Amino acid sequence: MLERVSANESGKPKEVEPNEVQAGAAPVVGRIRFMDAQRVNLDGFALEDVDLGLVALWSPFDPEPSLVVRDGRVVELDGTAEEDFDAIDEYIARHGLDLGVAGEAMALDDVAFARMLVDPGVSRSEVVRLSAGTTPAKLARVLALLRPAELMMAMTKLRARRTPSNQAHVTNRLDDPLLLAADAATAASFGFREIETTVPVLADAPSNAVACLIGSVAASAGVLIQCSVEEALELELGMRGLTSYAETISLYGTEQVFVDGDDTPWSKAFLTSAYASRGMKMRVSSGSGAEALMAGAERKSMFYLEARCVSLARAIGAQGVQNGGIDAASVAGAVPGGVKALMAENVMVMMRNLESCSGNDALMSESDMRRTSRTLPIVLAGSDYVFSGFGTIQRYDNMFGPSNFNAEDIDDFLVMQRDWGIDGGLRTASPELVAAVRRRAAEACRAVYRHLGLADFSDEHLERAVDAAGSKDLGETDTLAVLSAAQAIRDRGMTVVDIVAALDENGYEDEAERVLALTRARVGGDYLQTAAIFDEQMGVLSLVTDPNDYAGPGTGYEPTPARQHEIDAIRQARGVDDLAAEQAGWASPLLHAVGPARPGEDPRDVIIGVSPAVGRDVWRTLSGQLVTDVIGELLAGLEEEGCVGRVVRVNDTVDLGRIGLSVARLSGSGIGIGLQGKGTALIHRRDLPPLANLELYSTAPVVTPELYRLLGANAARHAKGTTPDPARNPYTDEAIEARYHTKVIALVALERRWVRAGCPPEELSLEGIR
Amino acid sequence: MTGAEHSGEHVVTPGGEGVVTHVGEAPLRALSGRDADELTLEAVRRGEVGLSDLRIHPDTLEHQAAVAERHGNPQLAENLRRAAELTRLTDEEVLGIYEALRPSRTSQADLVLLADSLAERDLPRSAALVREAAAVYGRRGLTG
Repeated sequence: MLERVSANESGKPKEVEPNEVQAGAAPVVGRIRFMDAQRVNLDGFALEDVDLGLVALWSPFDPEPSLVVRDGRVVELDGTAEEDFDAIDEYIARHGLDLGVAGEAMALDDVAFARMLVDPGVSRSEVVRLSAGTTPAKLARVLALLRPAELMMAMTKLRARRTPSNQAHVTNRLDDPLLLAADAATAASFGFREIETTVPVLADAPSNAVACLIGSVAASAGVLIQCSVEEALELELGMRGLTSYAETISLYGTEQVFVDGDDTPWSKAFLTSAYASRGMKMRVSSGSGAEALMAGAERKSMFYLEARCVSLARAIGAQGVQNGGIDAASVAGAVPGGVKALMAENVMVMMRNLESCSGNDALMSESDMRRTSRTLPIVLAGSDYVFSGFGTIQRYDNMFGPSNFNAEDIDDFLVMQRDWGIDGGLRTASPELVAAVRRRAAEACRAVYRHLGLADFSDEHLERAVDAAGSKDLGETDTLAVLSAAQAIRDRGMTVVDIVAALDENGYEDEAERVLALTRARVGGDYLQTAAIFDEQMGVLSLVTDPNDYAGPGTGYEPTPARQHEIDAIRQARGVDDLAAEQAGWASPLLHAVGPARPGEDPRDVIIGVSPAVGRDVWRTLSGQLVTDVIGELLAGLEEEGCVGRVVRVNDTVDLGRIGLSVARLSGSGIGIGLQGKGTALIHRRDLPPLANLELYSTAPVVTPELYRLLGANAARHAKGTTPDPARNPYTDEAIEARYHTKVIALVALERRWVRAGCPPEELSLEGIR
Repeated sequence: MTGAEHSGEHVVTPGGEGVVTHVGEAPLRALSGRDADELTLEAVRRGEVGLSDLRIHPDTLEHQAAVAERHGNPQLAENLRRAAELTRLTDEEVLGIYEALRPSRTSQADLVLLADSLAERDLPRSAALVREAAAVYGRRGLTG
């Protein structure tokens, strides 16, 4: 039963099952109302229900693994006799199993087999060899034994390609070609090696394929393009060379749902060959939850049904599988163990020696934490494609529906790669590069459309497409122009050769060469092998040329130093020099030294002691206020209470307590205010130990001008012996340490550069400070 | 460290057996028979390149099938060999056979006829696939 517990604004559950909370039940306390209102409770969570197929890893109706072979022919598969085979059993039995190894593999104890998946001493090829002889039920049972960390180990070892990679979704709700081109270029510049597009309007498909192709080559050679549409049209686009691969060739785990999908294992097998016959790479799609969603799970677990799909994928000769829930990921996510099952599906594909395009392409939760939890283990373990569609565009522009990670998450992903020191396939693209490739892509796309008489786009449209964060930034566009362009491409039988020629004739020779290189690569066919991608020099990385050789710590894929630099060098990283330059931008001629600081005699004399770099290299506090303004507030506070302030720079320490104490000892009143350039401030008194103080503002980033003024006033009250009005440190629930700690370290480094042991304090001019 | 700068290349070092295509064999040919090396921008400019120059040759698919076999995937090899046969069919013929194999499209007898015609055209793997489908479709009620 799917019980949707959604919270309204008052935090009360909106829908409650009749058999749940009844009238007269205890009132829901505030703590629970508060929890109910959290985003995770917008997700639907299902009670396990075998009858509906709402069970992740194991159903009592899953068959016992079995394989009976008579005279070289499979006569029983997972408890089903030959005469009762459905179409899926039949295809797997006839084509999917290595009968030479089946006896050995099926006799293996489940736990012993499961340990082989994790044991670095057992090679990938040995696991692959044995898996070829296992039935779907056997493989499901073995994989269900792995714990999450073991699944990660297995994925690290068993993925086909050594180098991890990633796929992007590039679509928009208008099918706008210039925006598609600019966004494809953006995706390529961030390192995606496959781009998948699709359409809201089917007839636009040829235009989308062309726009994404042109956009990708404006940023990089060798990015593979896919246009996911109805099977026959998709194949047609591929035959014309406008796309390079396909992956939405759906397989299902029950015969009924398979046929409802308007295919059979034989039609899919033929389609697989059809793609290869035109030099196109192709993988199939499956994934937990699809059968339950289509009311055809036949009381089997999602994982067992997926095991049938993966066996069938191998049997029909596909080189890879896109799975991990895909469109029904949230169905798997709704039941216990479902997210684990999604990852286990990917590992199963790898065991079958196929390329894994590992899902994470459907938003499976409203909770940021939960969707990250679903994806992170795969990112860390590394897959052939971590995402089978990272939504690189706005959620509203994603015509597949929002992905689990989207445009707003690109920086998060880049930082996660850097945090863990792993290669998730992406890299930072500088703002300058993104601007340049977007312009180049949109201009090339416009030129080709104009040259081929497909459409004419205005300068304004082009400028908007280059700058747009999403299609809502385009304003009104002529969507009929897109449709007629797409029809022209189709009706006039345009091929990739026309695109190459049009690029070339409009001065886009590099782009023309890149499209031609992709097309030429089809003639070689190396990228038909499992897990093939092109690197940016058009080298093929695949199971054949770049096999995963993980065998424990110290082996397997390690980023090259250059690649590690790409991973580490996110655009937000700052060093001391960056901060020094930023501070220098705020420098002023104020606060110059006027001579040695002299002891005061006036009992109203209070000294503001500042740190060594103030008036030299540090001018702005962490809260964004100028140090001179902060001093102005402190002086005003002192003045309000009838005291007179001076400013003295302490040159022999950066320690705030010592700064405060030094000036307290110099002041006529015996009271000093310590102020570091970063904005931390305290009140000190000449008879206190250095680390003590009378008041302290420790949270410099959130101290306001009013609070500094109050600190000045309180220092004066201490000087006069009246009662101060205690200030509270301002509170914030933001990740203030994450935001400012690196700046603090850099600012203190700037201060230290000016520290001179034994150098006496000096009086600073108050001229120009209010 | 001054923020992130794009290095301009995505450096990867293949760890496997390197480029596999036709090392020491005859030069790579497109379906048209033309050398892949001739598929240049110059040739496009001269209007000399057609789609068949950019299509894969059955011999290349056979070569890739052998590679797939050596790398533990005989089913992928079989697929590539069947694909080699399909290079000889037009796009329309390929799409037509696919359509015939979808559920409830074709009678068992017509599927057998289709299989026979493929066999006559020397496409034995494709013929076997269709013949097997005819038998299973009959038993599972998937014929038209």
